[in-house]
Amino acid sequence: MSFELLINALIAGVLLGGFYAAVTVGVSISFGILDIVNIAHPAFIILGSYIAYIVNQTLGIDPILTAVIALPGFYLLGSMIYQVYYASFEKRGQDSMRGLAFFFGLLFVTEVMLILAFGVDYRYVQAGYIDKTWHFGFADIPFRMLIPCIISLAMLGLLQLYLSRTFTGRAIMAVSQDQLALRLMAADPARIKRIAFSISIATAALAGAFLIVIQPIEPSVGREYIGRVFAICVLGGLQSLPGTVIAAMLLGIIESLTATFYGPSWAPAVSFGVLLLTLAFRPAGLLGR
Amino acid sequence: MRSLIFYIASILIGAVLFGFARWLGNDYLFFAGYTVLQFVVLATAWNILGGYCGYVNFGSAAFFAAGAYSSVTLHKLGTNIDRYFPDSLAGLAHAILPLPVPVLVVIGGIVAGLIGLGTGYLTLRLRGAFFAIATLALAVVLQTLIVNWDFVGGSRGAYIIRPAEVPVIGPYIQYLFLVMLILAIVAIITARTIEQSRLGYGFATIRDDETAAEACGVPTLRVKLIATTVSGALMGMAGAPFPYYIGYLEPGSAFGLAYTVNSIAMPMIGGTTSWVGPLVGALLLGILQQIATVTISSAVNLLIVGLLLVGFVIIAPKGIVGLVKDFMRERGPEGSTPTWRTRLAAFANMRPGAR
Repeated sequence: MSFELLINALIAGVLLGGFYAAVTVGVSISFGILDIVNIAHPAFIILGSYIAYIVNQTLGIDPILTAVIALPGFYLLGSMIYQVYYASFEKRGQDSMRGLAFFFGLLFVTEVMLILAFGVDYRYVQAGYIDKTWHFGFADIPFRMLIPCIISLAMLGLLQLYLSRTFTGRAIMAVSQDQLALRLMAADPARIKRIAFSISIATAALAGAFLIVIQPIEPSVGREYIGRVFAICVLGGLQSLPGTVIAAMLLGIIESLTATFYGPSWAPAVSFGVLLLTLAFRPAGLLGR
Repeated sequence: MRSLIFYIASILIGAVLFGFARWLGNDYLFFAGYTVLQFVVLATAWNILGGYCGYVNFGSAAFFAAGAYSSVTLHKLGTNIDRYFPDSLAGLAHAILPLPVPVLVVIGGIVAGLIGLGTGYLTLRLRGAFFAIATLALAVVLQTLIVNWDFVGGSRGAYIIRPAEVPVIGPYIQYLFLVMLILAIVAIITARTIEQSRLGYGFATIRDDETAAEACGVPTLRVKLIATTVSGALMGMAGAPFPYYIGYLEPGSAFGLAYTVNSIAMPMIGGTTSWVGPLVGALLLGILQQIATVTISSAVNLLIVGLLLVGFVIIAPKGIVGLVKDFMRERGPEGSTPTWRTRLAAFANMRPGAR
C-alpha cells in the first residue's frame, strides 16, 4: 500500500462523496423527511443524464447548465408524480406496499423506455473541463470530479438554508412529524409535501448532469445507485442534510479505497454491505438520536 | 376433506396438463411452459411474504439466483470430482454426484431459505420499507459475490451440459417441465395451506396492523421469519433447475431485473390476498410475455409488465381477483338487476355515486 496511492484514493473518495451527496439529497427529502419511499429516484437521475446528453449533443450546451435550465421541468414532473401518489395511495390510506410497487414500476418503466429509445450503448458528454486535471505534487484532482462536487455541496447548502430559514422549509421539516400542528399554522400538509417532493425530484436533474460528466452512462446504471442512495440516506440519519453529506463522503472514501486496493468489481458490494450493517446495528444512522 | 379434494384436483390438473403437452408433442411448448410455471412458483412465493404479510421483497432475483448457483456449484463439483476431492472421498463423490435435479431443487431451496432467514433477521425488526430496501441491497451483494467467485465462472458465466434424454420421460426439457409443474403445485398447495392455517391468520394480522398484532400476543418476529424463509426457499427452488434449462448461466441473467419485476407484478395484478391471485397473474402475464417475446421484442414485453404494474396498483389495488369478486357481489339496490352503471362502477372498483 503506497502512500501516494492512498492519498489519491482519499481525494477521489471525497470528490465522489460530494457527488453522492447530490444523488442522495432527493431521497433524503422524499424518504427521510416525507416518508415516501421513492426508489425510482435513481431512474429520474438517469433521465436527467440523458436530457443533458441530448442537449449537449444537439446544441452543445454545457450539461450542468442544461440541468439548471431543466430544473423547473423536473419540479413539474415531481408535482405530477406526487399528485398521482397522493390521490391513489396517501388519500385512500392505502398500505405503503402498493406505494412501493408503484415507484418500483416507475423505475422499471423509465429504464425500459430509455433502453428502447437509446439502446444500451454507453453515452458521454463533451465539455471543456472534463479532461482537465490539477496536479499538486503527486496528488491529482480531476475537474470532472471537482466541479460536480463543488456545485453539489453548494446545492445542499442552499437547500439546508431553505429548510431551516424559510416558513415553507420549516413546514417541510415538520410535515412528517405533526400534520395537525401544521394545519393550525395555516399550511396545507398535502401542498407542503408536494412542494418538498417536487424539490426532491428537481435535484435529480442536477445529479443526473453530474453523473454523465463523471462517467459514461447507460440506462441500467441507475440500479447501482439505489443501494448507494439508501445506504447514504440511512447512514446519514434519514432527515438531516449535514448527515447526508457526512455519510456520502464516508461511503465515497470507503468505495474509493476498496476500488483502489481490491479492484473495482468489489465496489458495488461496499455500499450495500454498509447499508445492511447499518440497518442491522445502527438503524438511526450516524447522527441519529 | 375440502383440502383433500383440492390436492387431488390440483394433481389431476397437473397430470392432464402434462399429458396434453406431450400429446401435442411440440418442444417449444415445453420451453415456454417451463418459463410460465417458473413464474407461477416465483409469484406464489413472493405473495407468501408480500401479499400475506405485507412485506415487499425486491430481491426475488437474488433468491432465484441463489438456487440457480447452488445447482451450478454442485454441478461443477460433480464434473471435476478428481480435481476437487481428495482420493479418499473421490469414490463416495462418484457414487453421489451428479445429483438428480429434484435433489438440487431441495438443496437450492435450503440455501435460499437460509438467506431469507438471515435477511429477515437483519431487517425485519425495522419498519417495512427498510426490509424492501435491504432486499434490493441483498441482490447486489450476492451478485457482486458471484461475479467475483471464479469457481462458478465469475462474470464469464458457466456452461452446464445437460443430458439429452432421461429414462422413462424422454427428452430432457419434458423432464424439467415436469419438475417445474410439480414445484408449481407444491407452491400453490403450500400457499393455500398457510392461508387457511393459524399461521395465515398471523400473517394477516401483521399485514393489517403489526403493533396491534404484537399487543395481542402474535409472535410477530417469529411469524415474519417463517414467511421470509418459506418465501425465499420456494424462490430458490424455482431457480435450482434453471441452469439446466438455460444451458449457460451468467450473473446478469440469473440476477435479471425481469424476475424481480415479474414476481411483484404478477401477484399485484392478479390480487394479493389469496393463492388464486398470483396464479392468475402469473398465467396471464407469463403467457402474454411469451407471446410478446415471440411477436414483438423482449424489451417491449418488459415495458408492458411495468405499465400494467403501475396501472393496476393505481386503478385496481385488489387486482383481477378483487375486480371479479366486486363484479359478482355488486347487485345494485336490493336485488334489482345490475345496470351498466353498477357494473361499470363495480368494474372500476367503487360504489355507484361514491364520487
